[in-house]
Amino acid sequence: MTARVQMPRAAKRGEVIEVRILIQHAMETGYRHDEVGHAIKRNVINAFSCRYNGVEVFRADLSSGIAANPYLQFYTVAEASGAFEFTWIDDEGKQEIERQPIVVSA
Amino acid sequence: MSGASRALGRRRFLAAMAGSIALPAVFPRRVLAQATIENPIAPLDQLDPLVWVVTKGAPVRKGRVQLELPQLAENGNSVPMKVSVDSPMTAKEHVRGIHLFSERNPVRNMASFYLGPRAGRAEVVSRVRLAGSQHVVAIAELSDGSFWAGSAAVVVTLSACLDES
Repeated sequence: MTARVQMPRAAKRGEVIEVRILIQHAMETGYRHDEVGHAIKRNVINAFSCRYNGVEVFRADLSSGIAANPYLQFYTVAEASGAFEFTWIDDEGKQEIERQPIVVSA
Repeated sequence: MSGASRALGRRRFLAAMAGSIALPAVFPRRVLAQATIENPIAPLDQLDPLVWVVTKGAPVRKGRVQLELPQLAENGNSVPMKVSVDSPMTAKEHVRGIHLFSERNPVRNMASFYLGPRAGRAEVVSRVRLAGSQHVVAIAELSDGSFWAGSAAVVVTLSACLDES
């Protein structure tokens, strides 16, 4: 588990809900060197997206300007029960997915 | 006869030269004066290629965007950032995207967030890296195609590492 998602498990339809995600990632800038002086290759999460029942509700292009272990907090309107799907990809092409269900009452 | 026409030719040539020297000397000053009077995204330039990619040359106005950063950050490696845009977030009127630019970071386009009417609230919170004391500018693109900007100045005690740490 490389990410922690914090959001309500249940919500009322039309309610604006807060979504918080903390991803474990070094966000290596490419400006640092290791103990023997070799440059450490840049490796940051460059794209992040959040889909709610298949529809994209939030997307972000990130860079080395975002702190290590990136934290993102954003909002979306609860519309129907289902699942949130968070995906992100880093410079090495490593893609990860995290899912979170939600129950929406009328 | 031929001597007189040659002299006239030289006179015309000199007059044309004088004009071509005088014109550029006047124009850039006027353009510069306009740019310095109101720059909503200072210290950035609206002609900055990074800004141009976002705005495609459309004018950016100051306001509607609140960028919250601490005035003093002890560690530039992780600075809390909150950006919000004054928008009802309806299908008709919403924020399409928020772009964050740094004045001094080696990578100046820090992040772009894309929202839509389903966001319900135009606000994004994250943590950024800052390589030294600087201004950070947030430019928001609205659904009507207008661009608005807000900025914040941060003093960074320990800047995010560019080299050994």
